[in-house]
This record gives sequence, C-alpha cells and structure tokens, in this order.
Amino acid sequence: MGSDYAIEAEDLRRTYKARTGWLKPKRTEVEAVRGVTFTVGRGELFGLLGPNGAGKTTTIKLLNTLLIPTSGSARVCGFDVESQTREVRRRIGYVFGGDRGLYDRLSALDNLRYFAELYGVAPRDQKRRIAELLDLVGLAGREGERVEGYSRGMRQRLHIARGLLHSPDVLFLDEPSIGVDPVAARELRRTVADLAATGTTVLLTTHYMAEADELCDRIAVIADGRIQALGTPAELRHRADGRRVVEVEAYGVPESAVDALRGLPGVRETAVEARGALQLLTVHSDAHVDVQGDVLRELAGIRLGRVDSREPTLEDAYVAIVSAA
Amino acid sequence: MSLLRVLAVGTLMHVKQLSRSPFEMAIALVVPIVQATLAVYLFRSGGEQHRLLEAAVGAGVMGIWSSVLFGSGGAIQSQRWLGTLEMIMLAPRRPVLVILPITIATGLTGIYALLATLIWGRFLYGIRLDFAHPVAFVVAAVVCVVALGMFGLLLAATFVLMRNANALANTLEYPVWLVSGMLVPITVLPSWTGPIAAVLPTTWGARALREATSGGPVWPSVGVCLGISVLCLALGGLALTYVERRARAAATLALA
Repeated sequence: MGSDYAIEAEDLRRTYKARTGWLKPKRTEVEAVRGVTFTVGRGELFGLLGPNGAGKTTTIKLLNTLLIPTSGSARVCGFDVESQTREVRRRIGYVFGGDRGLYDRLSALDNLRYFAELYGVAPRDQKRRIAELLDLVGLAGREGERVEGYSRGMRQRLHIARGLLHSPDVLFLDEPSIGVDPVAARELRRTVADLAATGTTVLLTTHYMAEADELCDRIAVIADGRIQALGTPAELRHRADGRRVVEVEAYGVPESAVDALRGLPGVRETAVEARGALQLLTVHSDAHVDVQGDVLRELAGIRLGRVDSREPTLEDAYVAIVSAA
Repeated sequence: MSLLRVLAVGTLMHVKQLSRSPFEMAIALVVPIVQATLAVYLFRSGGEQHRLLEAAVGAGVMGIWSSVLFGSGGAIQSQRWLGTLEMIMLAPRRPVLVILPITIATGLTGIYALLATLIWGRFLYGIRLDFAHPVAFVVAAVVCVVALGMFGLLLAATFVLMRNANALANTLEYPVWLVSGMLVPITVLPSWTGPIAAVLPTTWGARALREATSGGPVWPSVGVCLGISVLCLALGGLALTYVERRARAAATLALA
C-alpha cells in the first residue's frame, strides 16, 4: 500500500460517446468529467458537491472501477483503478441512492448472504457480520421479509448494510439520502459520521448542503465536469464573503420581475425556488449595498410572505461558486 | 471450496429470485404442457403409443432450453434492469463466478417444466413413468441442467454484445428444438443439420435423457454433453472478461 492517501485522482477525464439513428447515424460526445484532480486522506470524510449533471456520479464511478477513465489516472488505497481492479474492489464499498439495485423477491437476509459471499466475507464471519449490520441500520427483526415490501428508507438502509458487509477501507456514498425522510436522513448522517470516526474513508456526493456542512472534513464543489472550489466547509463559506443575501417568499412572481431584480445595482445573482404555490426568491448582493428596498419596490403588487436579509451560508457560497462556473 | 460455495450460494439465490416471479413461473409451466399435449396427440396419431413418455420428457427438455435461452441470453440485461448489475460486477471476483450462478439457475428453473410435463402426462394421459434407467435419468437430468447453464454463460456473454439479442433469442428457440432432436429424431432431418446438432450440448443432453427413458447407452451422451459445455464455459468466461472491460469503457453497466 504505502500511500498516504486513500484516494488520489489525477487529471481524470471521461467522455461519453453515443450513437443514435440507423440510416444517418448521429454521433454525440459529452465530456462529463474534464480534468478532476484531488486527494482524500485516510479516514477523511470528503464531500463532492454539485448540481445535477455536474459529473459527481461519473467521478465516483471512475474511482470505484465501474468506469474506465478516458484519460488521467486514479488510485484507491494505492491501487490503480484501471489495471488493479480486483485489489481496489476488495477495499471499497459502494452505496447509491434510490430504491433499485436489490433483489426484490428475496429477503434482506438473503440479499446480504448473497453479497457477503460475492464480496468475500469469510463464511465463519458472515452470520455475525450480517447481524451487526442489520442492527446498525435498524433492520433487525425485519430481515426475513421480502425487499419488495420495504419502504424506500428501508431499502436505502439495506443498501448501506450491503456496502459495509466486507468492512471496506473506503466507502463511496452516491447521494445516499435521496428520497429518504428527514428522520431517516438524520440516522444516516449519524451512521456515516460513526464510520468515519472509526477510520473508514468516506467519499460522499450530495445535493444537500446541510448534510455536507455537518459531515464533511473537506468539500469539493464540482460543476461542468471540473472542480470549482475545494476546502473545508468554513473555507468555502468565505467564498461568499463580501455578500449579503435577501430572501423573499412570494406568490406568482413573473419572469420579468426576476429579470428586473437581476438588473438592480449591486445584485450579483438571483435564484427562484418553487415550493408548492410559494416561490422563494434569493438575491445575492454586494455586502455594502442595501438592495432590500429596491427588491421590494420591484415586487410591488405581488403577494409577499416573509422577507429576510442575512449573512451568507455555505449554501449561498455554493450558489456563488456554481453560478460563477 | 470457496469457489464452489460462491457458485452454490449464488445459484440458490438466483433460483429463489426467479422462482418467485408468478409471471415467469406461469410461462415456465404452461407453455411446456401445451407443447407436450401437442406432442402426445402427434405421437398417438402416428401410432407411436409406446413413445408417449418420450413426448413428455422431450417437451420438458424443450422447456429447459427455453428457460436457458431466454433466462441466460437475457441474464445481463435483466440484472441491468434490476439495477443489480453494477453491484454484482463490483465484487472482487472473476466475472464468470458472478454470472455462471445466474445461468445455472435458469437451467434449474427449467426443471419445473420437465416435472410439469411428467406429472401432466402421468395424471391426465395415464403415461406410466417407466424409465429404462431411472438412476441414469436423474443423473442425465442434473448434467443436462448444469451443462445448459454453462452453455447459457456463453449465450449471456455473446448476446450482450449484440444490439438485437432478443430477436436472435426468439429465432433460436424452435430451430434448436428441432436440430437437437428433442422431439423428432435427428436422423429424419436433412443431413446438413448433422454437424450443427453435433456441437450443440442440447443435442447430447436430450439424447442422454431419451436413452435413459427408452433404453440405450446413456453415459457416452452424458460425457459428450459435459465436454461441450465445459468448452462453452471456457469460451463464455473469456468472453465475459472482454464484455466487462468493454462495458466499463462504454459505460453500459448501469444503462437501463
């Protein structure tokens, strides 16, 4: 082994090629990852944060051997992900979000038995290990039921148990809390934190800023296939220094009003998030310019709810980084 | 020992998974019974009452072949649809150890068809289960299933490389029944089918079962069936290693 790092990625690139049509085949190329370089120390909890299509999952799949890089190289626990595949696979676990990837007509116990055998858990240890993991993810007592009857949260917990069967040195978690209810998500975060505390290296991708902020030692923000920023949550938060954020809850804001907000002096970015009937307008401005009055003037005649002016959070820093990409 | 355990546990789990699909079970049981019914009436009208047991066994073997052809041929695609393909390929094992249990499981679930046609023949048409070599019949059935599972591995590895594998599987079902002599003796077929029949493990498996049913030298057929299948296993194993690398390069492991 010998390497100080659990994960080393060096100028990783991955291009997807597709061909559509028969008579006049059309070839398309999408560059999903464009030169990603980073290292993750042993026992570190590292977050990969980015919008949809930013290249997070592709990066994880390049590192966990499911994809071969178009160029560049990566090593996990000192082993090359392209040429030393089996060595890498012995040392990694992979958990992805969503409810696919399990044998639905088998029980949780059968799923775990099968994967324990596949992942090389010694037969004499299997029973104990499976029981430990069922306890850890809170499925003890339900292990005999078929997975097709499980809720999404239960399936997600079973995914995690499976990923940990062979006590991997490095755990890849690809949006593990997607679709999981808040209580289950909190349990999940606690489990991930406990794993990192016991020395497992974790690479986590997520959309949820609070999750990344709470868990990660360092975060890389990825957008457009490139790492746009890398640092501790506190360091990333500084990216939004010099800014002020105004949040307005509104109903029925026309696109023209949002455009008008973008044109106000001192405004750097605006974002609109739909929350049912309500829209949450977020306006980033230079800290020394008070734009709240101008914003409210532009929204005159529109039904408004809460209006708030505050210091930027990690999420605001993230928006600033991604918007600048 | 460890390898055998991986194969055994994998096969058991995939048999369970396949056996719990009401749709697949209905297809596996109903279609062979319909075919066996047709075969019995054909044999009766041809004045071959003494061969009705052969008709039941032949229809059962056709069921095993269908199960292997569609189950193994589509094994990789069906794992992809389940979303499990990435997870099983991530195992630190040779791809052959991951996929072989699935294809053997499709052969084993094909046994349901053989049992169904025998039970159907016994109770509906009063066909006596009077096997010439009962022990050899059981051994031949087990060898036939394992052998077709190995042949299935080659199908799984090659079908995944083809864009229209489903269409190919459909066109292979009936010709292989015919050429392998599952119902009609291959001696009545045109001579050019001989070399094709000789290299198909289905021919030798069906022949071993027929000889165990009505009398004849069972063991040479069992041996040839196993020999061809082991060759298919070796070729399938090599093809799978190539397929796995190609899928990682082309990003097709996860495509649904």
